[in-house]
Amino acid sequence: MSTREMIRIEKLNKSFGDLHVLKDIDMTVKESDVVVLIGASGSGKSTLLRCINFLEIKDNGKIMIQGEEIDPATHNLNDVRQNVGMVFQHFNLFPHKTVLENVIEAPVQVKKVTRNEAEEQAKVLLEKVGLEDKADEYPSRLSGGQKQRVAIARSLAMEPDIMLFDEPTSALDPELVGEVLATMKELANEGMTMVVVTHEMGFAREVADWVVYMHDGYIVETGKPIELFDHPKEERTKEFLSTIL
Amino acid sequence: MPSLPHLFEVLISSYDQFLHATWLTLKLTVISIMIAMVIGLFFALLKISRIKGLEAIANFYIFIVRGTPLIVQIFIFYFGLTELNISDFWAATLGLAFHNGAYIAEIFRGAIQSIDKGQMEAGRSLGMSRTLTMRRIILPQAFRRALPPLGNQFIIGLKDSSLAAFIGVYEIFNLATTQGSDSFDSMTWLIICAIYYLILVFLLTMLVSYMEKRLAVSD
Repeated sequence: MSTREMIRIEKLNKSFGDLHVLKDIDMTVKESDVVVLIGASGSGKSTLLRCINFLEIKDNGKIMIQGEEIDPATHNLNDVRQNVGMVFQHFNLFPHKTVLENVIEAPVQVKKVTRNEAEEQAKVLLEKVGLEDKADEYPSRLSGGQKQRVAIARSLAMEPDIMLFDEPTSALDPELVGEVLATMKELANEGMTMVVVTHEMGFAREVADWVVYMHDGYIVETGKPIELFDHPKEERTKEFLSTIL
Repeated sequence: MPSLPHLFEVLISSYDQFLHATWLTLKLTVISIMIAMVIGLFFALLKISRIKGLEAIANFYIFIVRGTPLIVQIFIFYFGLTELNISDFWAATLGLAFHNGAYIAEIFRGAIQSIDKGQMEAGRSLGMSRTLTMRRIILPQAFRRALPPLGNQFIIGLKDSSLAAFIGVYEIFNLATTQGSDSFDSMTWLIICAIYYLILVFLLTMLVSYMEKRLAVSD
């Protein structure tokens, strides 16, 4: 395992109005790490994820991506985001574009890859997520699980070094969760650096290198899945785990 | 009321004159709505810019248009522009464009704001700029959503173009009133005029629903 730091967060704070959502967050994610954020809704885990690719702008603290401190004032966030992919709970596919068009949109428009080249690459990615036969369909014709796999392919098309997943299976029917988790697991096995917000404890236990438990805007406990799930140190973590397991 | 045979007789004999007038009505409507869409998009983008000064400019424009009668606006354009040697046709066209632009701005603004926030976030998360995401992702979807109210505004614009008669544009309504009073047969000419408007509105409605179907392929 490499020890290269992909994400480093120091003393990160974020408020929405009077609501202090993230409180002095410190976190480090190394190359090829899969970090799973767990916690009750409202604990700040999604906000933390959204701060990492600057969909939410921190109030203060440091965010370093691949060793470089990123500040919205001095950095072009569009360049940063090209390297940090994001998968959303509600997929957010572009409904007026076909599956293939969804995947090639950013490479063609942002990276200025030729359309042919982008299509070739998109087909490889769609094959990888098992949807090569859906290339010319519109998103409205796909199931939730298929939509999410397209969203993963779309994100991968920018060849990011880091992938963020914001409750990627929470909007899915139970029988469709597995296919998305399988795709994510494959990605993890290939060495992708991933930060995942999820309620799928099975996935966390099996795939995560680190599990981070958040409560009320704080990181309460961080540990290997076995330690955290089977021998939680903090009282809060025990309480949380007893409610969901 | 004119008798039916008489109505048909005038309808047929006036065919050539009405064709010319209809052409003028259509030109007036289509050109003014085209310009109004550009104006509308511009002010819609000002309104959603979240920059106070720009929003205020857009609001002021809409306030003026909504708060004054269209006929007054057309007359102001007429007396204002003919001094600059601009024809009555263009005075009417620009007056109508100025008027419809405000309503179309509100249509576009509503449509843009109705697009799920996740679309902008998805675009941004892929490294696309706000402008690029707006152009490639948000506006195409917003335009589709705006099509029904836009079609409606088009129809309103078509009917409102009759007000150009009052500054001398020889379109359908002007033809009907002029010929009607010359022949002491106003009722016949007005009914024929109404028939022409009905046909135009009907065709326009068909066109809009055809476009809606064409754009609905992704649903």
